[in-house]
Amino acid sequence: MDRHAIMEQGLTQPLIAPALSPAARRRQLREKVIAGFITLMAFTGIAALILIIIFVAKEALALFTEPEARHEASLSKMFLAQDVAPGKPPFRWQPVSKIPKVSMIPLFVGTLKTTAVSMLVAVPLGVFGALFAAEFAPRRLRELLKPVIELLAGIPSVVLGFFALMVMSTVVKEALGFDRPLNAMVAGLGLALAIVPVIFTVSEDALTAVPRSYREASLALGATPWETAWKVVLPAAAPGILAACVLGFGRAIGETMIVLMASGNADVISWSLGDSARSLSATIAAEMGEVVVGSPHYSLLFFIGVQLFIFTFVLNLMASTWTKRVIRKLTGGAA
Amino acid sequence: MKAIFGSLVIGLMLALPLSAHAGNVTVKGSDTMVILGQRWAEEFMKKTPATKVQVTGGGSGVGLAALQNGTTEIAMSSREIKDAEKQKLRARYNSTGVEIPVAKDGVTFYVNEGNPVTALTVEQLRSIYVGDVTNWKQLGGPDAPIIIYSRENSSGTYVFVKDHVLDGEDYAASAQTLPGTAAVVNAVSKEKNSIGYGGAAYAKGIKELKIKKGNEDIAPTAENIKTGKYPLSRDLYFYLRNKPSGDAKTFIDFALSPEGQAVVTKVGYFPVK
Repeated sequence: MDRHAIMEQGLTQPLIAPALSPAARRRQLREKVIAGFITLMAFTGIAALILIIIFVAKEALALFTEPEARHEASLSKMFLAQDVAPGKPPFRWQPVSKIPKVSMIPLFVGTLKTTAVSMLVAVPLGVFGALFAAEFAPRRLRELLKPVIELLAGIPSVVLGFFALMVMSTVVKEALGFDRPLNAMVAGLGLALAIVPVIFTVSEDALTAVPRSYREASLALGATPWETAWKVVLPAAAPGILAACVLGFGRAIGETMIVLMASGNADVISWSLGDSARSLSATIAAEMGEVVVGSPHYSLLFFIGVQLFIFTFVLNLMASTWTKRVIRKLTGGAA
Repeated sequence: MKAIFGSLVIGLMLALPLSAHAGNVTVKGSDTMVILGQRWAEEFMKKTPATKVQVTGGGSGVGLAALQNGTTEIAMSSREIKDAEKQKLRARYNSTGVEIPVAKDGVTFYVNEGNPVTALTVEQLRSIYVGDVTNWKQLGGPDAPIIIYSRENSSGTYVFVKDHVLDGEDYAASAQTLPGTAAVVNAVSKEKNSIGYGGAAYAKGIKELKIKKGNEDIAPTAENIKTGKYPLSRDLYFYLRNKPSGDAKTFIDFALSPEGQAVVTKVGYFPVK
């Protein structure tokens, strides 16, 4: 065969890779289908998130576009003191009223109170629990401790709320001498029950992931086990622990049932933990059932949802920048 | 995907009115009235098995909204229809709706059984709930702060108390809100300085307050509520778009018959007839 003929053949019959066996081709096809399916799943998740944000924002937007809603729930009515009547508090959340009062301030105070109590209790409990489990507990105990605490995460929040309402409220009232059985303290403690397992599990994973060589080096230099745990392992796991706290915070601020049942939900502005607290999320849950669809009150509840979303988003952002800084510090500022 | 969804929606839209006419009555609304409605439906269907009566709750507002958008024939409501809701009905159906009182319910105020106060005037209740009176001492009780329990603003009882006891004023900021009469009763039974309200309730640890009117103390008994002597009673309503006809009419006639009103008493409310 001369060169010309070969060229001819190359032009008419496209050069292809050696033919695949049917089995290999099937395998290739399967790979593609699976990859496509996984990609689809990932994008469904993202699409759902985006659709939710769009839907919530759209419903809340009516607050700023419709004249009736703008009159009834303007930004100044939501965030500034209102001069209602002499002797009456300037910030009220009474959306079902002849003159609706829609101040967000009592809701902010309430949310802050319950979330702060729960974080103050749950962060030390979760992080130190994790430190104990990862560094000091004998293996047997650790194998018992972990699943038991993780089991706590499986308790539905309505059950925790019921427990807080029926049991904890009386105990806390007696122990701390509060006037009211339902208050921010009880709700915060109930919330702590829900977020301790979250913080514990994620922190424990972060602590166990610290390389063994760190501990060996520290101990070899003469540090005690406690010094090793406190000054070497804990800082090395700091980004993970921070992530745990952010997850816990997100759960605490969004958690609804426990707060709804145990906090008393009064729209009072008071920093006392013995007083009631009305949280943002509980307000949505309590009022959404009866609200007239499309009314200013309805848009207002969605606006609360938008605010909750913004809070967690900003916190996540702050946490991730902080994590980056910690990692840079730990790696000796190389980056 | 879109086509499937679209045809589903169209299918539902076609199916709903059809099913509503095939010997079915849909009743929706007030959570206070759900049990009552379901008992009526059970008794009614025992007598006329050909007609299916479907009762669901959700709240008075939900029922009236369903009436407006045509997804229910009868709306149950523990409050009167609002003007805004009437206007929406008029805009869509050229009718302001038909109101039929079907039962009576008394709003009762409870205190802990250890509380020496047994009767209060409506005016005194108002001053407690708007926050003017904050200590039991001012009402002839012990020197202790008043713990106020209220309901969520989605509740029909909340609106009733606000309109009929508070004269439309706002609840005190310290009023704690609880989900449901049972939660209020439980909270009052546990806290000796508290006051709460709800439907007629029979529970340990609480005491029903009598209402002082003139020099008479009126207890929230069946007799006093039926005759309208007890000042804090309310009607429970059925609302329809137009004059009842067909199966809906037979169902409502049954509810108002002596047999239907006997069901009312059995469920714990009070008959209108």
